[in-house]
Amino acid sequence: MFEKALSGSRRYWTLVFILLALVGAGFFFYLRQLSDGLSITGMGRDVSWGFYISQFTFLVGVAASAVMVVLPYYLHDFRAFGKITILGEFLAISAVSMCVLFIFVDMGQPFRIFNVFLHPSPNSMMFWDTVVLIGYLLLNLFIGWATLGAERKGVAPPAWSRPLIYISIPWAVSIHTVTAFLYAGIPGRHLWLTAIMAARFLASAFASGPALLILLCMIVRRYTRFDPGREPIQALGKIVAYAMTINVFFIALEFFTAYYSGIPSHSHSLEYLFFGLEGHGSLAPFMWTSMGLAALALTLLINPSTRHNERWLATGAAAVFFSTWLDKGLGLVVGGFIPSPFESITEYSPTVPELMISLGVWAIGFLILTLLYKITVAVREEA
Amino acid sequence: MKYDKNYELSRREFIRKAALLGLSVGGSKTLMEVVFGDDILAASTDENPATVRWAMVVDMTKCSRREDCSDCMAACHRTHNVPAISNRRHEIKWIWREPFVNAFPELKEGRLRKDLYGAGFIVLCNHCDNPPCVRVCPTRATWRRQDGIVMMDMHRCIGCRYCMAACPYGSRSFNWMDPRKILDEKAINQDYPTRTKGVVEKCDFCAERIDRGMLPVCVEACKEKALVFGNLSDAGSPVSGLLAGRFAIRRKPELGTRPEVYYIV
Repeated sequence: MFEKALSGSRRYWTLVFILLALVGAGFFFYLRQLSDGLSITGMGRDVSWGFYISQFTFLVGVAASAVMVVLPYYLHDFRAFGKITILGEFLAISAVSMCVLFIFVDMGQPFRIFNVFLHPSPNSMMFWDTVVLIGYLLLNLFIGWATLGAERKGVAPPAWSRPLIYISIPWAVSIHTVTAFLYAGIPGRHLWLTAIMAARFLASAFASGPALLILLCMIVRRYTRFDPGREPIQALGKIVAYAMTINVFFIALEFFTAYYSGIPSHSHSLEYLFFGLEGHGSLAPFMWTSMGLAALALTLLINPSTRHNERWLATGAAAVFFSTWLDKGLGLVVGGFIPSPFESITEYSPTVPELMISLGVWAIGFLILTLLYKITVAVREEA
Repeated sequence: MKYDKNYELSRREFIRKAALLGLSVGGSKTLMEVVFGDDILAASTDENPATVRWAMVVDMTKCSRREDCSDCMAACHRTHNVPAISNRRHEIKWIWREPFVNAFPELKEGRLRKDLYGAGFIVLCNHCDNPPCVRVCPTRATWRRQDGIVMMDMHRCIGCRYCMAACPYGSRSFNWMDPRKILDEKAINQDYPTRTKGVVEKCDFCAERIDRGMLPVCVEACKEKALVFGNLSDAGSPVSGLLAGRFAIRRKPELGTRPEVYYIV
């Protein structure tokens, strides 16, 4: 089937080459990071994880969200999702690939990464995260390829794909739960030490992933002859509306506990992120933008008249995506490090090389997505 | 010299056998580690499990607290080839000074004895009995010896910095750049390895000296005798004696990490 990615319109190749150029630029800066070390990033001894790990955390959510199309289709026989489950699975493959790459570019000694398998450490959540992410990547590769291959031949998907599909459902939940456990089990980082971290991660994942899928479905419909149809897009809109509502509710819960308990250490990070602490508050504008976008998204998505209008739906979906990206792909990880264990404040902002490497990784993800969607669309156009 | 034909391996067979051997050795070793976990590591490092528990008492009533006194820090950093990096973000520190309210932030509310607001407290790795850094390390590059010292294998570390996120004491440093480029080549202590960029490091209670029956170099360097090191399992040791008679506090004991650096204030 892969040959279908090798022929395409001029527009297709332009997109591929733009993405390749971005990958190349990112790779150039990565070579610099390899030779100079992580000192070329904005991280330091106080904020020791930054943009890379934030992107990783956010993208695990996008990957997990495939379950939001797989579950209704395979467990509830919700036929409308039949056409787009493959789009969800391929989005998951692209997102997990980016996750793995973001972890890789964050390593101080990337060539030693196989030490994770050479010296497996079941006590480490990072070990389990590696295991579940790779498992999830393989599951979606096998399922996606098998179902698309069967569709192309006009036959039913192979019998072995069924159990894999059922396994992939709890597995999707597991990848984001374990990713939340990376943070939620650490003593002394009060922003992260919350029992609802995994629940928050899943809520924001099931909002941001399907929101992106809505936009992707619209793009596919616009530029190809494959139309996912109005019904699945509307159904996704409802899912996003519910998930985003729960996500915002969870954020409110964090504020209640931190501020009503009055325990200073529990509110310090939130204070820093939203209001500024001791004169430092460089992330506050981003956090308030995130909140503003969340309010806009909820208004557009909860209200049926705007949700049914595809323009407003697209606006709402984009607002959800960027709101959760700011909250999780920036504030959550960095905020956990501020203030430091000494309760001093070191602020963080990513450097140009750091952003370029991140852009390169995103470009690889979108390149994978473009190729996989191209193959899918070619198969569908033939049918 | 002529070999018996029977002993010769074709190239393909050699590769296959080598791979098989490698897999079985690697696989069984890994399996052993998963099943027996820390016991294997402990077996190779443990000498007297219950009888030795190294700990330190920092007697802040004796510490000069003068900004110009850096005997313990200079001795440690010289001995362990710790580079002096001026950029605060990239600093590497094994033992240093922090103001009392930063070392003990949960005690900063209310009014404290006046002298506590003055110059800094000596801070270093607490060599916890229940170390979160060891719990989170995905490669066991950091581990706890039976005598309580939290060790660091800088050749195994992949530089993921999970231990830095997990340490509630800010005791760990990452090599954001190549430290060898900053070290003065003539001043390098040849008895202790230098590090590569991209790995985490921290105080190791001078394990290499303790194992030879010596004291940690910071303890030896302090003219005020403010740093006291010894075996907490031995009731007759200097640390046990001090703690039996004086009131001492530890940093963030409420986190359950069971730090083994005590402060007499």
